[in-house]
Amino acid sequence: MTAEAEYAAVPIIVTVNGVKHDAVVEPRTLLVYFLREHLGLTGTHVGCDTSQCGACTVHLNGRAVKSCTILAAQANGAEVKTIEGLADGDAFHPVQEGFREKHGLQCGYCTPGMIMTAVHLLETNANPTDDEIKHALEGNICRCTGYVNIVESVKWAAEKMRKQP
Amino acid sequence: MFPASFGYVAPRSVAEALELMTKHGEDGKLLAGGHSLIPAMKLRLQSPRFLIDLGTVPGLQGIKAEGGQLIIGALTVHADVATSDPVRKHMPGLSDAAAVIGDVQVRNRGTIGGSVAHADPAADMPVILTALNATFVAQSPSGSRTIAVDDFFTDFYTTALNANEILTEIRLPIPPAGTGTAYAKLPHPASGYVVVSAGALITRQASGSCASARIAIGGLGSGPLRAIATEIELQGKPLTTQIIAAAAAKAAEETDPVEDSYSSTEYKQHVATVYARKAIEAAVERAKR
Repeated sequence: MTAEAEYAAVPIIVTVNGVKHDAVVEPRTLLVYFLREHLGLTGTHVGCDTSQCGACTVHLNGRAVKSCTILAAQANGAEVKTIEGLADGDAFHPVQEGFREKHGLQCGYCTPGMIMTAVHLLETNANPTDDEIKHALEGNICRCTGYVNIVESVKWAAEKMRKQP
Repeated sequence: MFPASFGYVAPRSVAEALELMTKHGEDGKLLAGGHSLIPAMKLRLQSPRFLIDLGTVPGLQGIKAEGGQLIIGALTVHADVATSDPVRKHMPGLSDAAAVIGDVQVRNRGTIGGSVAHADPAADMPVILTALNATFVAQSPSGSRTIAVDDFFTDFYTTALNANEILTEIRLPIPPAGTGTAYAKLPHPASGYVVVSAGALITRQASGSCASARIAIGGLGSGPLRAIATEIELQGKPLTTQIIAAAAAKAAEETDPVEDSYSSTEYKQHVATVYARKAIEAAVERAKR
């Protein structure tokens, strides 16, 4: 038996937005395609597909990562959070609200990734400076050139989150 | 984009991973964080037939100070190296370097061991680890051995690791009091990879002169290069601005960097002297604290 055939189907258990999923994947299945095509969670986008643009950013065990550069098999046993898992029912996450309030998006393609990276930033730094926000979003590219409003959106969210109990 | 088909297994121990490597030979390839390998596989630049994922092997992650050394597990991600208290305390230059690799998301997945085993000539870790005089611990079915950093990077994307070895640890001697470490990088504006970078480790005597120096430069060759002429120029001399500048001016001596679409040979050599100076100056400032 060839090496490929021997382990050609990988059983995984991944918790996505709090829901446990049992699945069997082909080893070359990337996490982003597992989320989009196996689970139907199309809020996570494929942009450059070369780990540059950040449109595919999700949280893996609480950290922002690029899901186009991770095998679904590598997420076995992990907790994944996507843009669909941020809102609490009808109540947006403060970062989602911030992007709405401060016009942090135009076409919206980069937005799920921007928001997931920003949420990770605010979980580790509750009161970031403009420079810290820009530095944290280095791995997320917006082609509508909305960076100024994106930084404003994150600042708005940071302020709201600091006021929340 | 998808990689070509491959088999995948996640061993639960280094011993099991070594068995799998022996079994699959040249068909097998080790997977750490995957942030060099997976992009290369998606572009079909690499098509290993079998991946052995070290990601869930216990004991390969973490940073500890022990016996005068900082010991970093090969699977420790860059974000953890960058924010580690013992790293910041004993060798902030390593923290500098880990913090400028790729972007936040890449640092959350990419590993120190993966980076050095991949040996990209435009990577950050090989440069700073050369300055810090790292030792690499490699395990094979017949036991373990250590490899000095000066012997480790042998060519473009090539290291002294044998095909049946797994890099498990990076060991760094904790420098004596009066030592400063620093890393300075000119990143490519699009990719963020190193155009030219410099790592410095300077031990300063109470008198203000240089007790010892290790300077490494990235971007000028197939791997990190020691700037020996710069080190000799600093040795025993007072660490003044003028002496540092004169020493840094020799950082690109006897190098012949390959011209590319972004930078010429002369540009790289010149910038190397500038970044060597920046790294040395920053290390000297830290050595004074």
